[in-house]
Amino acid sequence: MTRYVARRLAFAAFLVIAVSSASLVLARLAPGDFVSQSGSTQVSRAVLDQERARFGLDKSIAAQYRDWLAAAVRFDFGYSMQYGRPVRDLIPERAANTAMLAVTALVLATLIGLPLGVITGSRSGGALPGVIRAASVVLLSMPPLLTSLFLVFVAARTGWLPISGMRSATVPAGGALLDLLRHLVVPAAAIGLPLAAMLERLQSQAMREVIDEPFVLATLARGVPRSRIVWRGALKAALRPVASVYGLIIGTLLSGSFAVEVITAWLGLGSLMLQALRTRDIYLVAGCAGAGALFLACGTLVSDLALAAVDPRAREMPAEQA
Amino acid sequence: MTRGLGLALVTLALLSATAAPVAAPHAVDAHFAGLLNAPPTVPHVADAAGAWHAPFIYRWQLANQLEQRYDEDRSTRVPLAWFSGGHVVRSSDEAAAPLLLLGADSYGRDVFTRLLFGARTSLGLAVTAALAAMLVGTLLGGVAGFAGGVLDDVLMRAADFVMVLPAMYVALALRAVLPLVLTAPQVFALLAAIFAVVGAPFVARGVRAIVRSERRLDYAVAAQALGASDARLLVRHLLPSARGFIAVQITLLIPAFIIAEATLSYVGLGFPDPVASWGTMLQEASGNIRVFADFPWLLSPAAAMFLVVLGVNLVLQNSRPERLRDDRGAGVKSVL
Repeated sequence: MTRYVARRLAFAAFLVIAVSSASLVLARLAPGDFVSQSGSTQVSRAVLDQERARFGLDKSIAAQYRDWLAAAVRFDFGYSMQYGRPVRDLIPERAANTAMLAVTALVLATLIGLPLGVITGSRSGGALPGVIRAASVVLLSMPPLLTSLFLVFVAARTGWLPISGMRSATVPAGGALLDLLRHLVVPAAAIGLPLAAMLERLQSQAMREVIDEPFVLATLARGVPRSRIVWRGALKAALRPVASVYGLIIGTLLSGSFAVEVITAWLGLGSLMLQALRTRDIYLVAGCAGAGALFLACGTLVSDLALAAVDPRAREMPAEQA
Repeated sequence: MTRGLGLALVTLALLSATAAPVAAPHAVDAHFAGLLNAPPTVPHVADAAGAWHAPFIYRWQLANQLEQRYDEDRSTRVPLAWFSGGHVVRSSDEAAAPLLLLGADSYGRDVFTRLLFGARTSLGLAVTAALAAMLVGTLLGGVAGFAGGVLDDVLMRAADFVMVLPAMYVALALRAVLPLVLTAPQVFALLAAIFAVVGAPFVARGVRAIVRSERRLDYAVAAQALGASDARLLVRHLLPSARGFIAVQITLLIPAFIIAEATLSYVGLGFPDPVASWGTMLQEASGNIRVFADFPWLLSPAAAMFLVVLGVNLVLQNSRPERLRDDRGAGVKSVL
């Protein structure tokens, strides 16, 4: 187990370093730099060169990468040119916003998807499973981009919920926290609902397979009530295959949250990264990419370890060597 | 039943993309300067007095220039002209009262026309990229599964690495580091290449697993014993067993690529604006709250995307053979 944990940790570290290094080098190789993207055309070449020197953009790629790496090991990730602030100060706030969005969406998806999956998986006929299944198929065809456009449309038409941003201009009655929660509903639902549909389908399938097992029939024969078998015994056995997809979901969660953050103006990592890429703010690009990779690595690590803890077979055969 | 619905939706999308120049009432870049953000012209069959006529529309009359609100001019009926001027249907008075089945955008362009032409761009890109991903993925997966050893390790580790990253960010970063302003054909080729890179590992992984397990089976050993070369064994005997899996993977990738194009175009890193694609059309909605509240017809590309993805999902859901559910054991299962 210790070796397994060590290997997973090493992979996580490699992921973060590789992703942030690659994005720094890529962003540096891109045509144009921060000065040419933001500067006015009325400025003389000498002034532009002076600006480049100030940001360290006049160095060679190798030298720049070496300096950045040397600083990064001391947790100094460079300076954002457009914000005029250290990257280290900018990232945590945005990363926290993305994490808040992603965690809310994941919790929402789990609370909706799993119980509904148990219902559709354990009953064969009836109106309720049919309705749930139809809703799932519809939601599976609405990735976060479409869901968020639809929810913003509904919110704009009805005026029930705020449609963009994270807080109102003035703190309304009920306090800042309630205000934030109201702003969170649309983006979190946009990511969470398609995810809930996916979990419902998976849980339903896993449930159906477990229900056919002899131990369920044996328990039923001993007179244990059906609802108790479904919600205790069978659910527990069906959870493992579903739990193993949580590690894969985290990547989807980040991808989905990008579109949603842009559409609903949620101030997260995705919108910051987009802005940084467009203005060629290379240190900020590397910082955002690194933070995203860290997020991803932590999520995968936690879900792998959780899986290894419940299922010893997962330790012998980690996901990447099937 | 649901499979039929799915097939119908997919066929409809492909048909409208192919027939766009004929099915659309206008040219893709036609502007109606007096009809900025005009609502859809609904075809009527009964006039205000209740008398019945052949399908006709009413002209939009600007009611409020500032708010871009329009009123129907009920005094004159404008009959529809069928099969005239090379179009299936259009208004008989194109200059004053054009047929706008899905309204007009902020430049006064017909949304319905652009939706049909946009299907060509969006679906064309998605299908091209999926085919490219299939080629690259099948080749790499086949070689990795066949060769084994170090090559297999290297290729599969690389595939795992790409798969673990959030696909949207990879596409975004790759797109953003290239010149920001490109022509439409350049964007098409570039996005297809990026999507192929992101999608190929999903194909490669499954193909590798199938090739690996099929290789040990008697028929493959027999072919080898009879002197078939490695290339022949791989291409003629082993890869055909992965056909079903590859077909399903391509169909799964197409909806993902449609959405990816829309996302990139929405944030301004996809096609340039005059090009009609579902993503560039949605861009109207970014930063303009009135689109959601007052001009909802501008969101019709989102509805089109939903219908296409739904169609693909319905077709897949009911046609996926049992052996494809778990790609790792697919080859073995089919034999047992």
